[in-house]
Amino acid sequence: MNLFASAIAWILDPANYVGLNAIPLRIGQHLVFSLVTLVFASAIAIPLGYLIGHTGRGRGLAVTTSGGLRAIPTLGLLTLVALWVGIGVVAPYVALTVLAIPPILAGAYTGFEAIDRRTIDAARAVGMSELQIVRKVELPLGLPLLIGGLRSATLQVIATATLAAYVADLGLGRYLFSGLKTRDYAEMLGGSILVILLALALEGIFALIQRFVVPRGVSGRPGTAPKLRTGSSAAAR
Amino acid sequence: MTWVLANLGLIWARTLDHVVLSLPPIVICFVIAVPLGWFARRYRVSRGIILTGAGLLYAVPSLPLIFVLPAVIGTSLLSPVNVIIALTLYGIALMVRVVADGLDSVDADVRQSASAMGYSTWSRFWQVELPLSGPVLLAGMRVVAVSTVSLVTVGAVIGVQSLGSLFTDGFQRGIQAEIIAGLVATVALALLFDGALVLAGRVLMPWTRRVAPPKPSVPLEVSAA
Amino acid sequence: MIEFRSVSKRFPDGTLAVQDFSLVLPSHKTTVLVGSSGSGKTTLLRMINRMVDPTSGSVEIDGEDIASLPPVKLRRGIGYVMQNSGLLPHRTVLDNVATVPLLRGTPKRQARADALAMLDTVGLDRALADRYPSQLSGGQQQRVGVARGLAVNPNILLMDEPFGAVDPIVRAELQQELVRLQKELDKTVVFVTHDIEEAFLLGDQIVILREGGRIAQVGSPADLLARPADDFVASFVGADRGRRVLHVERHGDGNVVVDSDGRLAGVLNGEPVAGTSAGSSAGSTPGAEGDR
Ligand SMILES: Nc1ncnc2c1ncn2[C@@H]1O[C@H](COP(=O)(O)OP(=O)(O)OP(=O)(O)O)[C@@H](O)[C@H]1O
Ligand SMILES: [Mg+2]
Repeated sequence: MNLFASAIAWILDPANYVGLNAIPLRIGQHLVFSLVTLVFASAIAIPLGYLIGHTGRGRGLAVTTSGGLRAIPTLGLLTLVALWVGIGVVAPYVALTVLAIPPILAGAYTGFEAIDRRTIDAARAVGMSELQIVRKVELPLGLPLLIGGLRSATLQVIATATLAAYVADLGLGRYLFSGLKTRDYAEMLGGSILVILLALALEGIFALIQRFVVPRGVSGRPGTAPKLRTGSSAAAR
Repeated sequence: MTWVLANLGLIWARTLDHVVLSLPPIVICFVIAVPLGWFARRYRVSRGIILTGAGLLYAVPSLPLIFVLPAVIGTSLLSPVNVIIALTLYGIALMVRVVADGLDSVDADVRQSASAMGYSTWSRFWQVELPLSGPVLLAGMRVVAVSTVSLVTVGAVIGVQSLGSLFTDGFQRGIQAEIIAGLVATVALALLFDGALVLAGRVLMPWTRRVAPPKPSVPLEVSAA
Repeated sequence: MIEFRSVSKRFPDGTLAVQDFSLVLPSHKTTVLVGSSGSGKTTLLRMINRMVDPTSGSVEIDGEDIASLPPVKLRRGIGYVMQNSGLLPHRTVLDNVATVPLLRGTPKRQARADALAMLDTVGLDRALADRYPSQLSGGQQQRVGVARGLAVNPNILLMDEPFGAVDPIVRAELQQELVRLQKELDKTVVFVTHDIEEAFLLGDQIVILREGGRIAQVGSPADLLARPADDFVASFVGADRGRRVLHVERHGDGNVVVDSDGRLAGVLNGEPVAGTSAGSSAGSTPGAEGDR
């Protein structure tokens, strides 16, 4: 318990709230970095996922790639890209965007796929155009699974951003590695606790969002079954 | 390539380290998750608590967890045990939910007719419910196996040796081939584990083998709009 | 008037669902397509709103080949009701009914007011307007489906086993409701069913289909019963057995009508039937007693 006390003391130490290594600054870096990669990944994955989900084409390829990407260790990708582009923030951005794409992609297309075919068939039969089917039927009904995908991607990115501090001066992970170097366990533990709290906070926020985006009238629990497919965040923590 | 040929021994040694670190979590998590998942399903309250807890645990990033564990269980920071325990926890977090869902997926009629035939609760669980949720469990274990193999590499940054050491070493010494070799070996190992699980599934669940691909229940054809 | 002109449909996987099908479906009448599973009923129905395009041949509505019409616009002018209602689960009953009018650009207020009125037409309580489809019974959902099909006041209403998924009592109720509606609205209805009783009840013209959309016989219910074209039709409409084959039996003083299984179907009313000996119907003339 002693160890935790010193970690808490480290977190509360005013000295850690000034300068370039200040805790709020690091948290901000961590969040901004994560947000930007998520935006990049979404910009690629959501339109692509919707296209796959709506047309049903390219699904096999998407499943295989996202499955295969799960097997790739983040640290390997991170160090490899860092060797190519040099130490700095570019490598983490590239590596993390790549890693965040599969869960978002899967969330987008499984969201469309999970919709009862008869509903879409009926929408077409009453004369909705393809674009209207996407906008008025598939988008709202597929939203819960898309948010589920974004949730996995976010957890993954927050976790991997920690690891990214290994190759770049970035985010909360810095405390872990600098503490490791100087054998300062309070710093390591304090930093770890901060990352965990951040991840749990985001998890909670997403759980709330997910509850609110389920269209009223749709009662089922669409989030459970496809969890295996979209919730692959483990691979890259 | 030359680096790889010159260092086959090293790669092999790290691969063995990797197997030693990744096998225990995969096996242990299954053994723990089955009763836990069963218990979660049993009562409303336990379901809420266990599944929420599992969800939160699953959200915890791995590297910080490996740093925190020594403070909780008193191991030394650099001990491989931390990595094994952390990965076991993730496996449990994922599998508990899978076990609960898998048991849920067993048809209530089947369950009742099993009881009607005279299975006790205990034997019904082992002989009917668990086997019938087998395909779901297998799918879950495949995810666990692949992610565990991939996650073991993280331990390398604190010095726990595995194929991940090829990443850290290759990065520090600027040897691209070493990193690539590590990537290939890790992915190959993950595929190997995955294949082994699929094979085990075929052997243990012969009834799932001959399932015809489901025909779409509503044949739809749509002319281009 | 809807006309199929030697229409065939082969699906990409090679299934020949409809082969050289020609038929005229008169306006303001109900045409019922009956046939066993897989005989191509749905395929034929869907060719009318271009959910399926024929591989060869053409479908015309009032003399115009629909292949030249944009499918989306065509569909908005044709009501369509399917077995599982196909309602949008994330929209209320009212919004579901108003879907097509809104797509056609009817102002929101107007569309909702019309939709409310349409609920009355199909016999749904207005209190259900704000519910979601999952909060309705199967029969209620089906009524909403019908209301949606009728919402744009289409000339043509396509119905694909609309009452197939509800229990027999509710089905009978919905069938009666449809008979009433059709008297009132006078649409051109194309109705698909498995159920020959339903076909007899609703159809002005009944089309009995064999595999591959081949017509076994077309005609009014009376035609089919009186002059079945072949054994297939006879057995399909039940003209060879059971409840449809009736004969008169003398019972004491009166005559009763009995089906081929020997079950009592009713009594003969009115004048004695030629050929039956001196009997009178059970309604009985006052003088019956004295005849003895
Ligand atoms: N999209 C499709 N692709 C391939 N084959 C199809 C498709 N739709 C229908 N078929 C086939 O065409 C044939 C006719 O199908 P259709 O759906 O029109 O039958 P149906 O008479 O409506 O049957 P049911 O009474 O079961 O609804 C069947 O053999 C069916 O399998
Ligand atoms: Mg059909």
